[in-house]
Amino acid sequence: MTPTTLEIPDGAQNPVEPFLRMDRMPHIWCPGCGIGTTVNCFTRALLDSKVNLDKVAIVSGIGCTGRVAGYARLDSFHTTHGRAIPFATGMKLANPELQVVVYSGDGDLFAIGGNHFIHAARRNMDLKVICVNNMTYAMTGGQSSSTTPAHVISATAPYGAFEPTFNLVALAEAAGASYVARWTTYHVKQLSRSMEEVLHKKGFCFIEVLSPCPTLYQRRNKMGDGLDAMKYYKQASKIRNGAPTGECTLSKSGEIVVGKFVDRDRPDYLELLRAQMTEALGERYVESEASCSC
Amino acid sequence: MAKGFVAITVERCKGCGFCVEFCPTHVLSLSSAFNSTGYHPPHVVAAEKCSGCDLCGMYCPDFAIFGARYAR
Repeated sequence: MTPTTLEIPDGAQNPVEPFLRMDRMPHIWCPGCGIGTTVNCFTRALLDSKVNLDKVAIVSGIGCTGRVAGYARLDSFHTTHGRAIPFATGMKLANPELQVVVYSGDGDLFAIGGNHFIHAARRNMDLKVICVNNMTYAMTGGQSSSTTPAHVISATAPYGAFEPTFNLVALAEAAGASYVARWTTYHVKQLSRSMEEVLHKKGFCFIEVLSPCPTLYQRRNKMGDGLDAMKYYKQASKIRNGAPTGECTLSKSGEIVVGKFVDRDRPDYLELLRAQMTEALGERYVESEASCSC
Repeated sequence: MAKGFVAITVERCKGCGFCVEFCPTHVLSLSSAFNSTGYHPPHVVAAEKCSGCDLCGMYCPDFAIFGARYAR
């Protein structure tokens, strides 16, 4: 068949481009990796939520997903390994007007930075945490991470992983997060809507996004390429909004329960701080003005 | 008459095939041609079917494709 040409109107531009540092393209993510897809969803969410982009900051740790901060044309910070949440907490406290989004991977947020995650959730710090979970330490060569399911071959588990894993959504709910959802890179519309929702929600919000890692995770386990992973997500995932998070464990090739699991209102850290200080100090408590140059 | 169009930046494509697989109206197909990095980018095979839904743009991990509706 001869390829038909389409009329492309002048000035048509990819809606994601204004949000990216195009001088840094092409990015380093492998063919079939889903991180770029999550970035697409995030930019659509930013567009639809109509937030003031001068007041949005992205903080990333280290890892494949950590590169997002480097590619986003927003105030973005590529911090030390595992310390994205403490860094974001500092930013939020220094300038409470900012909408701080932590965009990082499972290794960064739950292995080296696991402690920071549970404490930020406990305090209900007003952060939006997006965790791209590829179930392995991808940037360092595919070692077993705290989310690698049983029987998966990895660089540090040549005969199969056997350690029990973290169920990230259950962990987030137990630690006190206000909003907990899980999607895969197949569920782009739902993911984008979820991201839009958290941009308007106060408190600690957590979205887990399952993403393919064709180069390390799937190659070792003979699970095909990125497209095969997407087809698996399509076939194996089941949307169950409000499902008890304890039942939503992930396995190598079993069912993936996705959806919005928790959406509750709890007073956030700044509210609690203000309430306690006003109670204890009364008139003497003066809140410091945020000095913002923008 | 197509309701929308897709625009492909061939050189940015890494040939993952997400757009081809998930296009709801099957507008795209992976071409046999190579781009300069050696991947097979998609090409349009059924332009008239494009609804401009931009699902390809949301799936594309390499920001190489997007769709839009024609202004009426």
